Amino acid sequence: MDRRAPSATGRDGEPVSVAGGDALPIMVNAKSIFQSWVVILGLVLICDGCGRTSGRSVSLLGSTSIQPFAEMLAERYGKDHPGEFVEVQGGGSTAGLQAAEKGLATIGMCSRSLTAKESLLFTPILIARDGLAIVVNPKNPVASISIEQLRALFAGRVTNWNEVGGKDGPVRPITREEGSGTRESFVRLIMSGERISGRALTQESNGAVKELVKGDPAAIGYMSLGLVGKELKAVPVDGIEPTVKNVQAGRYNLVRPLLFVTKGSVNPAAQKFIDFVLSPEGQRLLATEGLVRIR
Amino acid sequence: MKRDKVIGAILLVVALSAISGLALITVFIFREGVPIILRVGAKQFFLSTDWEPSLGHFGILSMMVGSLFVTVGAAVIGVVFSLGLAIVLTQFSPPWLSATLKPVIELLAGIPSVVYGFVGVVTLVPLIRHSLGGPGLSVLAASIVLGVMVLPTITSIAIDALQAVPKSYLEGSMALGATRWQTVTMVLLRAARSGLVAAVILGMGRAIGETMAVIMVAGNALDVPHGLLDPVRTLTSNIALEMGYASGDHRQALFATGVTLFVIITLLNTAALAVSRQRAGRRRAQ
Repeated sequence: MDRRAPSATGRDGEPVSVAGGDALPIMVNAKSIFQSWVVILGLVLICDGCGRTSGRSVSLLGSTSIQPFAEMLAERYGKDHPGEFVEVQGGGSTAGLQAAEKGLATIGMCSRSLTAKESLLFTPILIARDGLAIVVNPKNPVASISIEQLRALFAGRVTNWNEVGGKDGPVRPITREEGSGTRESFVRLIMSGERISGRALTQESNGAVKELVKGDPAAIGYMSLGLVGKELKAVPVDGIEPTVKNVQAGRYNLVRPLLFVTKGSVNPAAQKFIDFVLSPEGQRLLATEGLVRIR
Repeated sequence: MKRDKVIGAILLVVALSAISGLALITVFIFREGVPIILRVGAKQFFLSTDWEPSLGHFGILSMMVGSLFVTVGAAVIGVVFSLGLAIVLTQFSPPWLSATLKPVIELLAGIPSVVYGFVGVVTLVPLIRHSLGGPGLSVLAASIVLGVMVLPTITSIAIDALQAVPKSYLEGSMALGATRWQTVTMVLLRAARSGLVAAVILGMGRAIGETMAVIMVAGNALDVPHGLLDPVRTLTSNIALEMGYASGDHRQALFATGVTLFVIITLLNTAALAVSRQRAGRRRAQ
């Protein structure tokens, strides 16, 4: 047989089946399998190497709500303490707890209160508190909203903005995925046993919620107060403006703890980082980013 | 030759290790996923639309319906454009044009899916929201994005299938006085039918397995969609959305979602294979 590259039509216009069945395509396949195998092997070796080097540094994993703040703290910490390296990853509150339990991360980040069972396993360290902001599009005229109205909107019982003081038009609640710390805090603070409507759009990060609310005048979502920014409108709840000041004074009630979670005692390098976060300097940094300091 | 044998043996080992990797993944998915289906009850798991793992509700019907809607939508859009392209490129365009266009279409397959998703979110979703209403994130948006994504798959297989039709068929048709278009619809498409069906089925397999782009444009709401403008959650996006957080039964239920997807895709690919085998068999019999 001739050694031309395989084509859809073989010699004499004889059709070759889509699934192959000729010797040549199989060889080609084996070659590409071999290539991918080499690539995988290379990746495994590289990962093995990086696993070893990061063994001594401090790693944080968990809530995507805490992640940007932790990254900011880690960057400053690295500048002030040359040679020390703090690695920060997202993944979600529950993933953070699992990582801390299995030792995959030195410190887990969790943006909700621990359950009774979890408190037996872990040592929580409160690093700051965070308001839960209710956000709508700046074009939405709603001036204030009550907890009951919020519950009705997210449960799908109220489906028109004119029932809660807005313009006539549909309401599109945006929720977070099951297991998110922000979602669990929202459910605990607002829903009081009711379930979030199945019609609610589900987004997988604070950033995605933000993008959606920014573009849709009918949307309503919830997110970390520190991440709201200027493009969204944070709606006063029961007439109280969601500001750091109001959270600190205990007037704004939608508040959740931001926790570092460890299993037992941690290594000195990690303790040094935790001490930095709790120091006046660390707390000041968190406060400038819109979180509520704890001391 | 001796060297050939050595290389052949090495390649065999590599191929087998790749296959055994695949087998291990299969065993793992089933071992993790099947127990929860049995515990919840297959009827409850596959026929309930109630999904809220934190309350112990595991029903994936709405996600199965969602995947079906989105895949069929993608197939409709993909087939219209891909078949048209394949016909034009093989029959109606000058050789230099097909020689340029075909690689360009194949290049589409190399664009990462997150890019398709992003373009969809930034352009398509606002367009649907403003012109058609609804949240924009919808069955329609997901179908269009996936339709574009399966275009290269369907087009290149369809081109192969059309080119495989013997020239004598077309010449015979023309000799009988049929126009170019009549030849295409009455002879070419019929002769290549099974190859085209295989192309569409493989395209659907690609669409149903796509995740990232779908998460970004589909809205991921849990209810069964009632129309093209409703948001929808597919089997793949359910896994990808919640896997990061899941533990215990929830994690197992996500693996069970994976088992469901695995079975559906295997069935689709088997169907595609069977159709193309049937074609090859019929040709041989002629």
